[in-house]
Amino acid sequence: MSILVSGRTGDWEIVIGMEVHAQVVSNSKLFSGSSAVFGASPNNHVSLVDAAMPGMLPVINRQCVKQAVLTGLGLNAKINKFSVFDRKNYFYADLPQGYQISQFKHPIVGEGEVRIELSDGSIHKVGIERLHLEQDAGKSLHDQHPSKSYIDLNRSGVALMEIVSKPEMHSAEQAAAYIKKLRSILRYLGTCDGNMEEGSLRADVNVSVRRPGDALGTRTETKNLNSVRFIMQAIEFEVQRQIELIEDGGEVIQETRLFDTTTGMTRTMRGKEDAHDYRYFPDPDLLPLTFDDAFIDELKEGMPELPDEIKNRMVNEYGLSSYDANVLTEERETAMFYELASNGRDRKITANWMSVELFGALNKAGIELAQSPVKPKQLGGLVDLISDGSISGKIAKEVFSAMFETGKDAKVIVEERGLKQVSDESAIISMIDEVLAANLDKVEEYRGGKEKLFGFFVGQVMKASKGQANPGMVNQLLKQKLDI
Amino acid sequence: MSDLLKMTATEARNSLLKKEISSVELLNAYQNAMENTKALNNYVTLTLDTAKQMAVNADKAYAQGSAGPLAGLPIGVKDLFCTKDIETTACSAILKGFLPSYESTVTSNIWHSGGVMLGKLNCDEFAMGSSNETSIFGPAVNPWSKIDGIDLSPGGSSGGSASSVAAGSALMSLGTDTGGSIRQPAAFCGVVGLKPTYGRCSRWGIVAFASSLDQAGPFTRTVEDSALIFSVMAGHDPKDSTSASLGYTNFSEAVKSSIEGIRVGIPAEYNVDGMDIEISDLWKKGRAWLEQAGAKIVDINLPHTKYALPCYYIIAPAEASSNLARYDGIRYGKRIEAETLDAMYEATRADGFGEEVQRRILIGTYALSAGYYDAYYLKAQQVRRLIKEDFERAFNDVDAILTPTTPTPAFPLGAEVSDPITMYLNDVFTVPANLAGLPGISVPAGFSNQGLPLGLQLLAPPFEEGRLFSVANAIEKQAEFLFAPARAAGDLQ
Repeated sequence: MSILVSGRTGDWEIVIGMEVHAQVVSNSKLFSGSSAVFGASPNNHVSLVDAAMPGMLPVINRQCVKQAVLTGLGLNAKINKFSVFDRKNYFYADLPQGYQISQFKHPIVGEGEVRIELSDGSIHKVGIERLHLEQDAGKSLHDQHPSKSYIDLNRSGVALMEIVSKPEMHSAEQAAAYIKKLRSILRYLGTCDGNMEEGSLRADVNVSVRRPGDALGTRTETKNLNSVRFIMQAIEFEVQRQIELIEDGGEVIQETRLFDTTTGMTRTMRGKEDAHDYRYFPDPDLLPLTFDDAFIDELKEGMPELPDEIKNRMVNEYGLSSYDANVLTEERETAMFYELASNGRDRKITANWMSVELFGALNKAGIELAQSPVKPKQLGGLVDLISDGSISGKIAKEVFSAMFETGKDAKVIVEERGLKQVSDESAIISMIDEVLAANLDKVEEYRGGKEKLFGFFVGQVMKASKGQANPGMVNQLLKQKLDI
Repeated sequence: MSDLLKMTATEARNSLLKKEISSVELLNAYQNAMENTKALNNYVTLTLDTAKQMAVNADKAYAQGSAGPLAGLPIGVKDLFCTKDIETTACSAILKGFLPSYESTVTSNIWHSGGVMLGKLNCDEFAMGSSNETSIFGPAVNPWSKIDGIDLSPGGSSGGSASSVAAGSALMSLGTDTGGSIRQPAAFCGVVGLKPTYGRCSRWGIVAFASSLDQAGPFTRTVEDSALIFSVMAGHDPKDSTSASLGYTNFSEAVKSSIEGIRVGIPAEYNVDGMDIEISDLWKKGRAWLEQAGAKIVDINLPHTKYALPCYYIIAPAEASSNLARYDGIRYGKRIEAETLDAMYEATRADGFGEEVQRRILIGTYALSAGYYDAYYLKAQQVRRLIKEDFERAFNDVDAILTPTTPTPAFPLGAEVSDPITMYLNDVFTVPANLAGLPGISVPAGFSNQGLPLGLQLLAPPFEEGRLFSVANAIEKQAEFLFAPARAAGDLQ
């Protein structure tokens, strides 16, 4: 199932691996009590530990450990009951300790797996190599003063999970599906808010190319990509660059590259020879991190249902298409909205109304599902009116628009506007009679064999009923009248 | 008045309780002594006003019957402990002018128990040294006699802490011990120095040298005093992840316990080349004293002892190279401005760190580098484990171990400073306890031919400081050490 790219000199296989940095959802930082909330004014969430004052010591935040284990469980990964924090030493102005506390040889989570679904419906598994906990650095602000840089340490010490995939993706599409799926799992678990714009989730992408069947080629690492689109662009650019380079007789150099969001191109950040020697060693201020099975089991029990499980239920029990199920499970909020809206009524109709009308309207209004003026039960109420024949599908669209505008229940709108479907047989017959009487010539033509005119009569009757006649009944009764 | 400086802490405490003396009187005596012994260069910062306030408070507490165990006792603090709003420099140029906004856990414990803070004491820069000569303030001086007219080193790194207690300019003092920095200066100055079990005293708020080895401990004139102040210093601290979860113990009880039947090991490997004959003679005496006191002497082996020093001089600098990275000129301390960030780092750290600190940062950086890590740091960690196992095995057969504290008595200032290797040899008997995390105590036990004090060291299994006090007390009693530093404050001589 390998995906090949054609170059001038033949086919190439792409190999992609990803290191994702996910900010852990927790009130306080990984090793200090200061707030980990985004958006405070500079240097307001900085403890003595975060500022690396002399003699300050890190103390592990239990909540962050729980979140990492929970994420490991969500990735079907091996949980390591023994892990070690190491120091990664390097100098930078926004790294107060002069080292980042991370996990090197003994991460808290080992091998796992993420299942992604591609546009052709095929399932592809991407292996997880490891997940480890580490501190974020602060932020350098270079644009505040002509000659000085400012440092904001609010982020300094915030907990990150670094999730390392195996090099098991082979196209930009797969990489995009992987990051979306990973983000979705993290959000379901509540372990990372997945906000890529704010930097809560960012990816380093390793790309290499090779001839099918050959050993792995030399890879480049493009750092700090904070949107799915950038990830895809960076991969596509790197693939083309590397193939052209090799086909022109050159060699890919192992290096770290930066992605330019305005040009869509990557450029050299630092080569292998400039790579830092991080001098990793176990942090002597921290004991190895250990916990028992009971700790893991408790987290397992409290685990929410994940998208794959919900999707299976939607396809197998609700009868939804795989596509609809994917759309409805991508975000936890969407799945929860849908479950609430569709509970106890036609699951398929609800799915349609949600993915077409509701999403369309939200999109047009530029708002999120959470801000939707139509709440789950209200959408359900609309579906009920359709199912019991109170309104037609066409009227329902009108009702939905009004609901979206006013936030009122479907029932209220139908009553206020008198939109209730006419299912009274005698009322419909009298409307049919009127229409037929007014169009005797067309009736003749129809009976003479011009059957296409049937639609015309349906339209006229519907018009006469102001759209409220039950279209099924109109069809049926018209046929009876005309086919005498 | 003249007797005030001669009192031990325990005696002073009793007199204060009986209202025979006041805390303010006691403080005045010590502040006079500090003035009289200025030439010893023990104090780098004086806290006269704070001291006065604390002494007044202590007297009030005595009057109200609410005095803590250290109330009114004048105590000096090594300048490695961060003290709130009081300059804390680690005796380094890079921290000149640094005013912590926080108080270390150990000093907090002392002040909460009523201790009176005299000031900050001289030490080697970032506790790196064995002679107090790497201090930016110049060396503290040993109050015992000069040799050939040259001042003697008080040892290091806690030189000022040892010297002040010997000179009578502090009743007790606080130091830190990473490889012998309490026990060696205690031996050189003729006072009692305790290095507690790793994890016994919180490291929170102490400028870090080597995190896996650093421990705070007290300097006192007697073993009894050591137990008194140590009971207050020790305790679990949730802010230090390596702090042991142990409740409060009053170690004063342990001091007077009989050592009848206690098994004391004599490790053959501590008979090192180049050890002074007077030191090995003293060791033999110590052995005899303990036997007389009812202990059973057992010859033991600690086969990996010879690797302890090289092992220490990999691990300690490796940790230090990382611990000292935070002194980068960005947030506090010294900064030398330069064109680029890297140039600022280089200028600041070249100017702010002394030669020995730079040497150890470089050694440590090298030992952790890719390609050398396995051969140096990893190997040293493996050796450290073997050393620890040596002790674990030995403590199956013995309850405590007796060794000399140092291979030589105090040496003249300037004598060893040019040769780091000779200087490092000072720690040969003390580093194993740090590597193994064991408690150790140095007790003044005799004199060299030139009349300089010599110490004996006792080691015990982890968290057996109580046993150390019992055995140390037995040595102290039999040794009848004549405490008479020539250059102590007038009343002490």
